[in-house]
Amino acid sequence: MIVLGLLALFVYGAATNVDYHWDTYRQYLFDKRISLGSWVTLQLTFWAMVIGIVLGVVLAVMRMTSNPVLKSVAWVYLWIFRGTPVFVQLVFWGLFSSLYAHVQFGIPWGPTFVHLDLQHLNALFFFACLGLGLNEAAYMAEIVRAGISSVGEGQTEAATALGMSWGLSMRRIVLPQAMRVIIPPTGNEVISMLKTTALVIALPLSNDLYNAQNNISGVIFRPVPLLLVAATWYLAMTSVLMIGQYFLEKRFARGSSRRLTDRQLRAQMDVMRRDESAGG
Amino acid sequence: MTSFVKESGGGRWQAAHGDGRPMVEASNVHKRFGSLEVLRGIDLVVQRGEVACLVGPSGSGKTTLLRCINHLEQITGGRLYVDGELMGYEERGEKLHELRPREAARQRRDIGMVFQHFNLFPHMTVLENVIEAPTRVKGQSKEQATKTGRDLLARVGLADKAKVYPLQLSGGQQQRVAIARALAMQPKLMLFDEPTSALDPELVGEVLDAMKQLAKDGMTMVVVTHEMGFAREVADQLVFMDGGVVVERGNPREVLANPQHERTKAFLSKVL
Repeated sequence: MIVLGLLALFVYGAATNVDYHWDTYRQYLFDKRISLGSWVTLQLTFWAMVIGIVLGVVLAVMRMTSNPVLKSVAWVYLWIFRGTPVFVQLVFWGLFSSLYAHVQFGIPWGPTFVHLDLQHLNALFFFACLGLGLNEAAYMAEIVRAGISSVGEGQTEAATALGMSWGLSMRRIVLPQAMRVIIPPTGNEVISMLKTTALVIALPLSNDLYNAQNNISGVIFRPVPLLLVAATWYLAMTSVLMIGQYFLEKRFARGSSRRLTDRQLRAQMDVMRRDESAGG
Repeated sequence: MTSFVKESGGGRWQAAHGDGRPMVEASNVHKRFGSLEVLRGIDLVVQRGEVACLVGPSGSGKTTLLRCINHLEQITGGRLYVDGELMGYEERGEKLHELRPREAARQRRDIGMVFQHFNLFPHMTVLENVIEAPTRVKGQSKEQATKTGRDLLARVGLADKAKVYPLQLSGGQQQRVAIARALAMQPKLMLFDEPTSALDPELVGEVLDAMKQLAKDGMTMVVVTHEMGFAREVADQLVFMDGGVVVERGNPREVLANPQHERTKAFLSKVL
C-alpha cells in the first residue's frame, strides 16, 4: 500500500510538473525521425545478435574441443573482446575504413571473388553491426558454453553408442537441451544489446533511436521530454522481446516437467481404448 | 510380457551368417587411465546367441570392459574383436591405428547399449527417442522407423507411452524405453551396464523380464549386473572379475553354487 501510494504521488507530481514538457513529449512521440531511429536500433540489434550468437556458438564449441589450437584461438578472442570496452572497439571499427580502404576476398595474387569499398556510406551501418556483434560473440560464447556443460555426459554417450557422429549428437541431442539454459541469459543479452546500440555514435553512426532523440533535443533544448520519448520506445520494444522470450522458453522446456499435458493424456486414453476394443 | 519374436521359430536376432565366429573376442585387453591400470589382460569369448554376465565388486573393471567393447573407451593393449572386426582400431603391420570417428561410429551402429541411468533424451518423446537413430544414422524413412518403433514399444509393454516424455515415466519404464531404443538399430549385440542398479526394487523385475525375453529370442548379450538370480537363470557364461582380471568363469549355476576361488567366495557371500 505504501509503495503504491508513493508511486501514485510520483506519477501525479511528474504529470503536473510543467518542466517535463508533456506537450513536447506528445509532439515527438510519433515523430518520423524517432520511429525511423527505432527501426535502425532494431536492425542493429538483430544483426549484432545474429553475428553474436552464430560466432558465440562457434567459439564455445572451439573452447570445448580437445584441439589445443582451436582452444587457444577462442581463448584469445574472448580475452580481447571481453577485456576492452565496446565503445573503444566501435571507435576502432569506425576508423577501420581509414586503415583499410578496400577489402578483397580472393586468392593472393590470384583472382578476386568479392570486392568491398569500405569508404562507401553504408559501410558504417555494416561496421556498427560487426562491431557490436563481435563484442557480443565473446559474451555469447560463455553463455553457450555454460549451456553445453549443463547437459549431462550420459547424453553424448548414449548418442555415441547409437552410432551418432559428434556433429549430429551436438545438433540433435546436446544443443537442444542446452537451449533451456542458454535462452534466459540470451534474452538478457538481446535486451541489453537494444540499449547498447546507442554507442554506435562512436563510429560515428547517429540515426539510431537514442542518437535521433539526442539530435532533436540538441536543437530544441528540451532533453527531458525527448529522453522520455526514447525511453517509451525502448520499453515498447523490450516488452515485445520479452513476449518472444516467453514463447521460446516454453518451446525448449519440452520434456522437463513430469506432469502430463491434456493432449498426452488423451493420446494415452486412445491407445488404451483401442487395445480394449481389439481385445474384446 | 509379449514375445520379442515376431515370426515363430525363434532366432529373430541371430545373425544369418553364424559361421562359428564368436560375437565378442577379447584377448589380453589392457586399459590404463593415466597411471591406473583398470584392465590387466582380459580374455573373453562370447559366442553368437550367448548371454555373458560380468559380475564383481565395484572398481573391478567390468563396466570399463563393457565400454571397451563398443569403443566408448579406447583399449591400451591387446585386441578386441566384435563379429570378427577389430573394434576402434585398424591393424597395419604390427601397429594399431585408431579409426577415424566416422568409422568408429559405423562400428557402434550394430551394437546396442543400455546404461545404468537410462540416458534417454529428455527433450524428445518416447517414440522420438526410439526413431532418432534409425532415421538420422541409418537413414530409414520416418514412416518405417515409426512403425518399427511402435512395434518395439508394444513389445516392452509401453505402447500407450509413445507420446510421453521420459521424465514422465517411472525408472523401470524408462529403462524399457532405453532397451527399445537400442533394439531399433537392429543390433547384433547388446551391452547392458548395470541396467537395474538405479531402479527401485519393485521395478527391477519388469526390466529383467524384458531382458530375459530378449535372451530367449537369441540376442547375444553382455550384461554387467549384480542380479545373481538373473545370471543364474539366463546367462550361459558367468565371468567374475576383480582388480582388472578375470578371476573365475564358467557355467553360472556351477560358479554360484561352488565357487573355486577365494575372492569369488568372498564376493558371493556378500551379495547372495
